Amino acid sequence: MEQTKEKTGTSKSNNQALLMKGNEALAEAAIRAGIDAYFGYPITPQSEILEYFTAEMPKRHGIVLQAESELAAINMIYGAAGAGGRVMTSSSSPGISLMQEGISYIASAQLPCLIVNVNRGGPGLGTIQPSQGDYFQATKGGGHGDYHLIVLAPASVQEMADFVFDAFRLAEKYRCPAMILADGALGQMMEKVVLPEEGSLPKTEKPWATVGKPATRERNIITSLFIDPEKMEGINKQLQGKYKLIEDEVRFEEIALDDAEIALVAFGLSARVCQKAVDISREKGFRVGLLRPITLYPFPKQAISNLADKVNFFLVVEMNAGQMVEDVELAVKGKRPVYFTGRMGGMIPTPEDVAAEIEKLVHSLSLSEVK
Amino acid sequence: MQEEVLTNGYELVYKKPSTLTSKPFHYCPGCGHSVVHRLLMEVVEEKGIQESTIGVAPVGCSVFAYDYMDIDMQEAAHGRASAVATGVKRIHPDKYVFSYQGDGDLAAIGTAETIHTVNRGENILVVFINNAIYGMTGGQMAPTTLLKQVTSTTPYGRTHEQMGYPLRITELLAQLPGAYYVSRHAVHTVNAVRKLKKAIEKSFDYQKLNRGTCFIEVVSNCPSGWKMTPLESNKWLEENMFPSYPLGDIKVPKDK
Repeated sequence: MEQTKEKTGTSKSNNQALLMKGNEALAEAAIRAGIDAYFGYPITPQSEILEYFTAEMPKRHGIVLQAESELAAINMIYGAAGAGGRVMTSSSSPGISLMQEGISYIASAQLPCLIVNVNRGGPGLGTIQPSQGDYFQATKGGGHGDYHLIVLAPASVQEMADFVFDAFRLAEKYRCPAMILADGALGQMMEKVVLPEEGSLPKTEKPWATVGKPATRERNIITSLFIDPEKMEGINKQLQGKYKLIEDEVRFEEIALDDAEIALVAFGLSARVCQKAVDISREKGFRVGLLRPITLYPFPKQAISNLADKVNFFLVVEMNAGQMVEDVELAVKGKRPVYFTGRMGGMIPTPEDVAAEIEKLVHSLSLSEVK
Repeated sequence: MQEEVLTNGYELVYKKPSTLTSKPFHYCPGCGHSVVHRLLMEVVEEKGIQESTIGVAPVGCSVFAYDYMDIDMQEAAHGRASAVATGVKRIHPDKYVFSYQGDGDLAAIGTAETIHTVNRGENILVVFINNAIYGMTGGQMAPTTLLKQVTSTTPYGRTHEQMGYPLRITELLAQLPGAYYVSRHAVHTVNAVRKLKKAIEKSFDYQKLNRGTCFIEVVSNCPSGWKMTPLESNKWLEENMFPSYPLGDIKVPKDK
């Protein structure tokens, strides 16, 4: 089903499947991915990640530090990533907002690292329930200036673990910060998981890192300050060139799309809901399929564009007011109607909700054809 | 015996340390930054630790410190230098790490990072340049601006009713168990420069002991921001700054 199998380089351990919480599976996977340090700050619904590291890292020779704020945590990441460490932080929506200053600096200074957002309902202090309301923030930059993160959207506890490896591999390949955009449900729920094998992610050379300047080379400087606008434009061009290359890393999953007349598009937990909605709708006789973007940035524009030549309409399902739907519309380019349904503020749509929406749309569309 | 070096027929008695780049300082005439930059790099050269020293530059006039110091360096966001230095030091606990920060950076926007870095006793050196003003943005009030001092945002002089009191953050930090060595210096006279150099030397030595944060405040001037000649600014420094920010050791290691 998955379109780009060769891009998932995770080798599984011989361990039996375990029953784990998403947050804990992610943290354990990070230790197995050989992270040097984790810096973070407690916030629901992801505090288990920090708790897991504080329990495990001392035993396994890694660094864990509970920072005084998300602001401090992301700047510790900047320092530690700049110094050549394989490092990560995690938080949830309000905390990720606080980190945006540092993330912009990290993107500009081109430092590889992993930032995990276990998305909760907003805006403001919001709620601790799951949400996908941070899609715009995650995929369009989030902080100031023209930049992107590589964004992976897991839809299971297994992917919470696997995507840690993928995120570091991509971040280090492109010297670009990567984000795992999960949600409160994926963080909290327990599922079967086969953890990636420890030590299976090779260390990469980082000749640009601040490790102390030997006489044999020029000094290494980690900075995002280029006061000469011509130079700053050059850095921007370099970033944009890199994002162009990153488009090759696009990943998505296609479910039941071969004969589909209706295409659902959903990521993360919403895609899990939609998978069930596909089954319900097909039982009712509607030929429905699902396209699940796995990388939210880069976005599977071409796959959606191709789909627009095959299906009658799109229905985008999100746990927000309609954010990814804008990217779907851009990819469809007006070739087919694109509809949206979703819940907000920590509510999750049910498969029955989505199936009912499909039925409603089919009826209203065939009525308008009769007129 | 030092070898005699002749330049254009003259004996060379003083030169730029090899750890400073050949880029001319951009600082205003009379500003203390270039002296402190030089002292740091003299110590790095003399100790032979260029290969194991990593610096963190702030936002402010010394934002380009990495243009002058010939060592690996990172440029931090405004106020976050000590958090960045924490990240560097945790990855390289065997290296010498220092942050270099001004009063707005360290004692206003970065107060939380400063206090918690020292409270954790991070084994780094924090160099704090206090000139009671935001120099780079054009002379606005800093947390360390003196009462009645005129700045571009206290045009009638700072009043405590409106803007509180000058923040003596160095005394505050000295109370924390994580602070190992806390000392206040200046660079307005040759004697003061020599004392500061000794303090920097000690701070680098202390880093190897892993016993906590070394914090050196340098009470400095800002001739441009204070709208004075360099000589006037040094006189004003002695008459006005030193009574509020007295020089000397504030906390010295008790253990040997």
